[in-house]
Amino acid sequence: MNELIQKLVEAYGPSGFEDQMRTLIRPEIEPYADEISVDALGNLIALKKGNGSGLKVMVAAHMDEIGVMVTHVTKEGFLRFTNIGGVLSHTLLGNRVQFANGVTGIVYSDRIEERDKVHPLNKHYIDVGATSKEDCPVGVGDAAGFVRPFLAQGKRLSAKSMDDRIGCAVAIGALQRLSAAPHDVYFVFSVQEEVGTRGAQTAANALAPDVGIALDVTLTGDMPEARPMAVNLGEGPAIKVKDSGMIAHAGLVRLMRRRAEEAHIPFQLEVLDGGSTDARAMQISGPGVAAGCISIPCRYVHSQSETVDADDVENSIRLLVEILSQPLEI
Amino acid sequence: MNELLQQLTEAVGVSSGEHAVRLLIRDLIADHVDEWWVDAMGNLLARKQGTGAVDLRVLVDAHMDEVGLMITEIDSSGMLKFSGVGGFDNRALLGKVVQVGPQKVTGVIGAKPIHLLDGSERDTVVKMEAMRIDIGAKDKEAAQGKVNVGDLAAFVTPYEELGETAVGKAFDNRAGCAALIELLRAEPYPFDLYAAFTVQEEVGLRGAQVAAYAVQPDAALVLECTPAYDLPNENDVSPNVALGLGPSIYVMDGVTIQDPRLVGHITRTADTHGIPYQIRQPGGGGTNTAVIQRAHGGVPSATIAVPGRYAHTPALMIHLDDYANAVKLAEAALRGLTPEIIKRNHH
Repeated sequence: MNELIQKLVEAYGPSGFEDQMRTLIRPEIEPYADEISVDALGNLIALKKGNGSGLKVMVAAHMDEIGVMVTHVTKEGFLRFTNIGGVLSHTLLGNRVQFANGVTGIVYSDRIEERDKVHPLNKHYIDVGATSKEDCPVGVGDAAGFVRPFLAQGKRLSAKSMDDRIGCAVAIGALQRLSAAPHDVYFVFSVQEEVGTRGAQTAANALAPDVGIALDVTLTGDMPEARPMAVNLGEGPAIKVKDSGMIAHAGLVRLMRRRAEEAHIPFQLEVLDGGSTDARAMQISGPGVAAGCISIPCRYVHSQSETVDADDVENSIRLLVEILSQPLEI
Repeated sequence: MNELLQQLTEAVGVSSGEHAVRLLIRDLIADHVDEWWVDAMGNLLARKQGTGAVDLRVLVDAHMDEVGLMITEIDSSGMLKFSGVGGFDNRALLGKVVQVGPQKVTGVIGAKPIHLLDGSERDTVVKMEAMRIDIGAKDKEAAQGKVNVGDLAAFVTPYEELGETAVGKAFDNRAGCAALIELLRAEPYPFDLYAAFTVQEEVGLRGAQVAAYAVQPDAALVLECTPAYDLPNENDVSPNVALGLGPSIYVMDGVTIQDPRLVGHITRTADTHGIPYQIRQPGGGGTNTAVIQRAHGGVPSATIAVPGRYAHTPALMIHLDDYANAVKLAEAALRGLTPEIIKRNHH
């Protein structure tokens, strides 16, 4: 599993530029899917056919990650940039980014006058080793993702884009283990979640599922002086009840809890103050979809060391398989 | 003198009141399309039949509406209170002439004159709530005979060419409308071209949302006028886009990441044809592309825009070469569009 996770989290794929992710995921799912397609926005969709007695289910995990895009190249060859998704200035100094063509850049900021203050994004720049605008190997409009090697230390797994490559890993794991399910399950590896759940929106429009389940990370409250939140790392997948964009379908939440209890899978209930997931886009697509989310607890979200627990990952796969293998009486 | 730009920018069509612009464009395109129709929101849609050589259904969008004002109250002295229709910088409003309501009653946006301002007032921006449109009525009754609450008001700026540039109101987005009209007047394309002259973009991309839903295209191109901010500056910061450097191509704005394959197709087309272009600085803002891209199962979409200085004020300025090159680039990109460009590799 760690081998798959490492491949996924180290790959390049800022929102809107997920080609390499599609190429990477496709062979992992091809042997297990009945049909595979890619839609207009670039969502990779794998259908696992049911026996005809069930519902149409969409499972969404997003392939894209936060990143940056060049807005200006200075005479000296430094790059100014803007954010793709929620990039925090606090995570930038001395960090590295990589462009689609492999060029790597160092991120730093304008002169620091007050050590207690963090510069806004537009006072940071990227140094790709160029000496002038002319010899700079990237230009305005080019997108870059962060660079950080995967770290597995005991049960703790850290990487730049656990959000939401770990959701992709859970989806792949569930697809591989799922056999003889009653439902037609569409595993959607979605695009452009970090800029507003745009890929899931069009995929849900096209698929018109009965039930939608997103797989994504959620915040935890178990770090020093953390904002209080009743989700802890290692205590099981979090069944989302509510976040700032969605109140999960109550019947689906009840069913998720029941399946976890029956299979003795540890779980937590999640109420997230800020943020949302592809489940929101699914819920309000077409005439409406019964939507919910299995969240993988994750520390340091939107930094380059997003950290999850291996047991939570395994239990998320188990919970999803339990849900998909049985009737969805909601 | 570019008569098309003159006619279109001098016509009045504040969001939701696009009627006059719609009629004008209908007459300008009717002989060059195979059918046209107006939908429930007021979008003017047209189909120009292609040669059938390429199996695609392509939508080209340009919004007809312009920013303006709406009368919210007539006060006892006959002055008109108003609110903005679309986004405004209040500093751009005072002292400007407007035309109010269906009768195009002339008014001026007034406030206390500089002679009477005290020191602190000189340093603050007057809020829109404190401004009034003065139509010269002596009291409420006199004003009520000429205008009504709910009437729209538009700026009044005659079109004028200053050598290579042109000044006028509503280049955002009559420049896009003019370009789309020129595209329709050209020879048939290899595929059926659907044109959407859309309403209510300035208040939230509303017309294009239903137009794209109805047309269900395979690909879409949005023609726009994007704000240029290229005044001289001392620091080494790039202009958003600059006048005279060619049409601007969007990569990412506040609400859309454009389809990279279409962006690549457009820039390659420009290079091949020797058409200048500039990449619009990624950042804020947004166009109809956002809602077209996300209609139904998704639509590969791109945006080409004519740079325009002083957007959302009574007087914008564009470079006529940028406009001409935008038309040229859009036409060449459309003629070179094939299913292969937007097809997904399934292996």
